[in-house]
Amino acid sequence: MQVTITALSISAVVGIPCGAWFALSKLPGKRILTTFIYTGMGLPPVVVGLVVYLFLSRQGVFGDLGWLFSFRAMVIAQVILATPLVIGITMSSILGLDPNLRPQLRALGATEWQITRALLFEARFGVILGLVAGFGAIISEVGAVMLVGGNIDGRTRVLTTAIVLETQRGHFEVALALGIILLSISFATNFLLMILQGRRW
Amino acid sequence: MSLYQLEHVEHVYRETTVLKHLNLTITAGEIFALVGPSGAGKSTLLRLMALLEPPSEGKVQIELNGKPLTYHKASITDRRQLGMVFQRPTMLTRSVYANVAFGLHLRGQHGVQSQVKHMLEAVALQHLAQRRVQSLSGGELQRVALARALILQPKVLLLDEPTANLDPYNIGIIENLVRRHHDEDGTTIIIVTHNVFQAKRLADRVGLLLESELIEVADTDTFFNHPQDPRTQAFLSGDLIY
Repeated sequence: MQVTITALSISAVVGIPCGAWFALSKLPGKRILTTFIYTGMGLPPVVVGLVVYLFLSRQGVFGDLGWLFSFRAMVIAQVILATPLVIGITMSSILGLDPNLRPQLRALGATEWQITRALLFEARFGVILGLVAGFGAIISEVGAVMLVGGNIDGRTRVLTTAIVLETQRGHFEVALALGIILLSISFATNFLLMILQGRRW
Repeated sequence: MSLYQLEHVEHVYRETTVLKHLNLTITAGEIFALVGPSGAGKSTLLRLMALLEPPSEGKVQIELNGKPLTYHKASITDRRQLGMVFQRPTMLTRSVYANVAFGLHLRGQHGVQSQVKHMLEAVALQHLAQRRVQSLSGGELQRVALARALILQPKVLLLDEPTANLDPYNIGIIENLVRRHHDEDGTTIIIVTHNVFQAKRLADRVGLLLESELIEVADTDTFFNHPQDPRTQAFLSGDLIY
């Protein structure tokens, strides 16, 4: 759960402002950038895990940090998987707003920062959906965390990797119980996010 | 005292020239109406005058507090002295009250309840204060748009077809309020309309914009009774083909 909360928080802090910025700015090569983000939304987790593994392994660029098979390695992999989802969905939610709203807010005397804040609030249903999607990607992930975390008992074992292990051991009732816990956590978190989203007008 | 000075303004939008060879001076405190058929460039001109975008060529300059300002020179404080009501108002998905109070909150003003209440009474919408704007009729929505602009007490109010497709009741409320603000506060009003009767009722001076060019500018009496340009005569008589 700690991995999920940390990774989702980082994805939100990075992804929401980036999504707003990409939607509202006139960046050159925006189409290419959008294609990259949309590709990032469907990254194969095992490939992400492999790349992070290679970077953090002893021979890797960041091997000296000694982060492989640690909490940090799992968070990095999860952030890489969830952030494009938050960016992409935030961006498309803002782009889906009435394009007349922005000049009208400006005409009311809003600064660029105030406009961005107001547009994010208007697009809040999409922004929350981005967080829900990011949360879903993180909590259901197995391949990447298994590779970079190592599934070490008491250190890097998470619910999904524990379910895999228990299934391999033939302890189906334990695996099933863990699955129910995972689903309950997912339901509770999404319920909280729905409350945060507020009432649809 | 001249408030706006527009010199040799040209504007290109998506490779189409929407304004050309435009020169215009507007005096502080007047009501100026810009008439013309749809697609003539009226709304574009209003956006340039609201300093929402710069012209492709030429100069759009407004003098506020003794400072000559353009799109590039105006600060947020300067811009906040201009108000604009759009032809198709887009609101925040909040209540009528929240939308009218929004501009005041942007300026860091709090405790604005009495101001908002007073303004909603002026546009006869006090009974709908807590209603969500999405449920309003076109006329009510346009009155909210006017209220959210007027509550900020702008020195210049730019109105883009504020009564298009509205019934006489709503037109009456909007025109009376605009005139009252002009008379009481000395607000300069620039109104774009395709309704020549509205221009006649409200304006001190009128200009005709046709096919991206400002054809004629004159005081209201001259414009309607003794127009100089044959195209103005044709437009007013309804004989103009465009």
